[in-house]
Amino acid sequence: MFLINCPYCGERDQSEFISGGEAHIARPKQPTELNDDQWAEYLFMRKNIKGIQFERWNHAHGCRKWFNVARDTSNDKIEKIYKMGEQPPKL
Amino acid sequence: MSKNLRINNKQFVDETRKLSFIFNGKKLYGYKGDTLASALLSNDIHLVGRSFKYHRPRGIMTSGSEEPNAILQIGNDDALTDPNVRATEIELYDGLICNSQNCWPSVKFDIGGINNFLSPLLPAGFYYKTFMWPASFWEKYEYFIRKSAGLGKSPTKQDPDMYDHRYMHCDILIVGGGVSGLIAAKIASDDNKKVLLLEDKELLGGSLIYDDNDTSKIDNQKSSEWLKKLIENIKNDKNIIIKTRTSVAAYHNYNFLLARQNLTDHLSVNDRNNKIRQRLYKIRAKKVIISTGAIERPQVFHNNDRPGIMLASAVKKYIDYYGVRCGLENVIFTNNDSAYETALSLHKSGTKLNAIIDIRANSSSEIVNKVKSLGIQIYWNHTVVNTKGYKRINKITIMKLNDNGNDVVGKKIELNCDCLAISGGWTPMVHLFTQSGGKLKFDNKDNIFVPDKTNLNQLSIGSAKGDFELDDVLKNSIKDTKKFLQIENSNFDKIDVKCSKEKEKKNIWLLPSDKPLSKTKPFLDYQNDSTAKDIKLALREGFKSIEHVKRYTTTGMGTDQGKLANMHALGIVADTTNTNMGDLGTTTFRPPYTPLTFGTIVGRNVGQFFDIFRKTPMHDWHVDNNANFENVGQWKRAWYYPKDGESMHDAVQRESKAARESSGILDASTLGKIDIQGTDANEFLNRVYTNAWSKLQIGKCRYGLMLNEDGMVYDDGVTTKIGENHYLMTTTTGGAANVMSKLEDYLQTEWPELDVFLTSVTDHYATASVCGPNAKKIINKIFKDLDLSDESFPHMSFKEVKLGNINCRIMRISFTGELSYEINVEASYGKYIWEKCIEAGKEFNITPYGTETMHLLRAEKGFIIVGQDTDGTMTPVDLQMDWIISKKKYDFIGKRSLYRSDTIREDRKQLVGLLTDDPNEILEEGAQIVKDENRKPVNMLGHVTSSYFSPTLKKSIALAVLKEGKKLKGQKLLVPMIDKTIKVTVSDTVFLDKENERING
Repeated sequence: MFLINCPYCGERDQSEFISGGEAHIARPKQPTELNDDQWAEYLFMRKNIKGIQFERWNHAHGCRKWFNVARDTSNDKIEKIYKMGEQPPKL
Repeated sequence: MSKNLRINNKQFVDETRKLSFIFNGKKLYGYKGDTLASALLSNDIHLVGRSFKYHRPRGIMTSGSEEPNAILQIGNDDALTDPNVRATEIELYDGLICNSQNCWPSVKFDIGGINNFLSPLLPAGFYYKTFMWPASFWEKYEYFIRKSAGLGKSPTKQDPDMYDHRYMHCDILIVGGGVSGLIAAKIASDDNKKVLLLEDKELLGGSLIYDDNDTSKIDNQKSSEWLKKLIENIKNDKNIIIKTRTSVAAYHNYNFLLARQNLTDHLSVNDRNNKIRQRLYKIRAKKVIISTGAIERPQVFHNNDRPGIMLASAVKKYIDYYGVRCGLENVIFTNNDSAYETALSLHKSGTKLNAIIDIRANSSSEIVNKVKSLGIQIYWNHTVVNTKGYKRINKITIMKLNDNGNDVVGKKIELNCDCLAISGGWTPMVHLFTQSGGKLKFDNKDNIFVPDKTNLNQLSIGSAKGDFELDDVLKNSIKDTKKFLQIENSNFDKIDVKCSKEKEKKNIWLLPSDKPLSKTKPFLDYQNDSTAKDIKLALREGFKSIEHVKRYTTTGMGTDQGKLANMHALGIVADTTNTNMGDLGTTTFRPPYTPLTFGTIVGRNVGQFFDIFRKTPMHDWHVDNNANFENVGQWKRAWYYPKDGESMHDAVQRESKAARESSGILDASTLGKIDIQGTDANEFLNRVYTNAWSKLQIGKCRYGLMLNEDGMVYDDGVTTKIGENHYLMTTTTGGAANVMSKLEDYLQTEWPELDVFLTSVTDHYATASVCGPNAKKIINKIFKDLDLSDESFPHMSFKEVKLGNINCRIMRISFTGELSYEINVEASYGKYIWEKCIEAGKEFNITPYGTETMHLLRAEKGFIIVGQDTDGTMTPVDLQMDWIISKKKYDFIGKRSLYRSDTIREDRKQLVGLLTDDPNEILEEGAQIVKDENRKPVNMLGHVTSSYFSPTLKKSIALAVLKEGKKLKGQKLLVPMIDKTIKVTVSDTVFLDKENERING
């Protein structure tokens, strides 16, 4: 169980958070313009990499804010935490 | 005590406190300070159990948590008995009752012992190979295999003991209170760090505390004396919290550790009342220092498992700590210097030591020279080739090793002994290090795996790191701790340590014998009865990975998790396959380090604390009125209210009839409620619901369906426009929290530009829903000034009124199809308004109904329940609810998915009604629907999702999801059950009041 440094509340136990999967997958602005394949790409396709992965996390049992986490999936080391809307860091 | 096995040793055992205990029905005595093992040994009892597979007699082998044999059933109470307790770990208390396991009728005469003679027929993989065929016989085999599996007996009654959980935080966590851990604790404390020191035994000090060896000196004092002063110092240190009898079970990432503290297991049963038995510490440490020490390895030779064969270090501890001789005719068999300390302890206590067998050619270290000078016979370059004595060792046979160490030569020599102390070197306890993700490296000099790389802020010191001699242990512990804590100087910097240094090393994983391997039994894993032969067999049969060898032979899989066996297994695999042990790697070390009780794991979360349960403000009324409850999420909802011993069916029939014919009342407080405000609230609703919200007027309500982005129905409920930019959304009871999370997610991440604020108000309001033809009259009695006419207060509208000082929000909405009013009040008035309704409704036979009747009533109307009639694979089109999908809206969550190639398939499962040909036959929910039950395999078309007997329609009705259901209306289908096949006809989903006349009363 790891520790997550919530950008609004500070460092808390992982049990206070929920994971929201891969980050930076924006909902298409005009879904109706997309064909089935393009929509399926948004809807279903997610990366599952060994190494640094950008993820969304939510402080569900705290401030309930969503934010982004760059986490190394091989050892759960968190490289960077940044707010929603910010660009992913170069790691 | 017929033999004189106790020697005077008052230091750790209190001979003034005699304790009685019962072993296999026999009353015996020991002293305060004994473990059960030392007390048994002092009564000359070695034979305590039978091995798992061959039922060979086995004795106490160790003095710690690595014990493979002496695992006993403690207690004889159905609720309190504990299986598989290591006699070497449990402290003796007055009245302790224990029994041997895995033997019948008794440990001395065990029928299963016949397996020992059948052992050539029971090699590794025996079960896999034998019970494969014929496959149909498996059921018969299974019974017998299960009967012979397992060791102790589980308690059969609920555990009455109390357990506890506690969080702890510290700067430095030190695991293991031996000399290196104590030094590290002191250094850290002197640097003003908050230290938590855990020790699994009752006393600090590790093995040095009872060391009486004159060859090791610290600062010119006897090492144990020096250590005692350090312990006193540490006990008075305010920076150090010490927890003894506390064993770390698991070391997780980010320095999160779980430790179990035994609080009452050492007390007599009467002294345990109202005390917490065990406590689980959840520890978060900034830095962790592992000083868990090392355990001694046995040696692997023919018949190395007889009672009376023990680790040399254990023999030494039983003498020096407990004052117990393990035998009167001792022989030591070693490959290293440490067993010579046992020789000195035996000598000092006046215990006979017949000989030392050493596989090395010679040794000239200080300690060996000292033993030589005592005139003890040492057989250099010899090995034990056999042992005798079924229930207790009485003889050993030794032979000389050849120059390569791979065979024996010369004449056999027989020696008498009743205790054989063996030592095959030492293995660092790296379990916690590897659990934490640390990587090991192999040290060819000592044939050990030692900690190497780690991602965590941790350090291994002492013999856990591979330092075994006192000067290395102390000096490296000091040096490494200082570096780890970034400290320049410590009070230990000038420490002066003297000890004997080992000069010769030799290790043979599988010792040679005069017999071929196939004729010998050199045990590796004592508990699982796996031998060196089994390892070689597994390799011959093609198992190469050490993980496969482990599973095939079960080596290292018992309650001791191979603490003694693993290194030899690895060594033999490496030797046989000509692999370097470092390349071979180890099997995975998994938590817990030693077994935990279930009680410790669950702590206080038992009984009513197992899960949170939520009660509505009217809950007590439901209890007083004989309601049965159902769990909906965490809520306790009134399910039905049986009267005069009614069955559930009868109660539901009565309740639903009353609701249709006069009036019923439902506690709807559990529905999720979200207060939505902001200038973009309307736009927000348009985006999250499938239907249009733009034209909703203040004071009106609207039913909405919410989808996931994949187009599948997620939740539903009625939302009311309370004011300009102010809405109250209701959700399903079970979906409330998820809907809230989902809406917050979209607002924060996809549409941060929207001015919308969400507040969960589920708990803030209580809801009484009054329905039925007389509902209007009842509401009128309570709210006399309220105009309830259809013009002023039509269906799907809302009014805010006052009842005295109570603000009431009344919605005229209906889930039953009847005229219906939902009165929402602040939660604290919930019971008041409920009782008010009951009182006003008395003359109309107002009948409280529960969730079951609610389900029936809505099913008659064909209203879905999300989660019952849907399962995350149903689109609104599948539900025949096309009417709720706005054609005009450009976008809403899930819209694009409604015309994916998959969702527009016409042969999807669709919601339909089902009527049974026999109107009294009620279908089972979940039952499968087929067209032709004779064509195999039977093609299943769908299943029943809701099914009830409608008292109003006087027939059974059901909802179902059915492949191409829309096209099948009027078709006859079959619902096969285990004892009959029910004929059904596909129907419309609305069974009652298709014209919707009832909602107007």
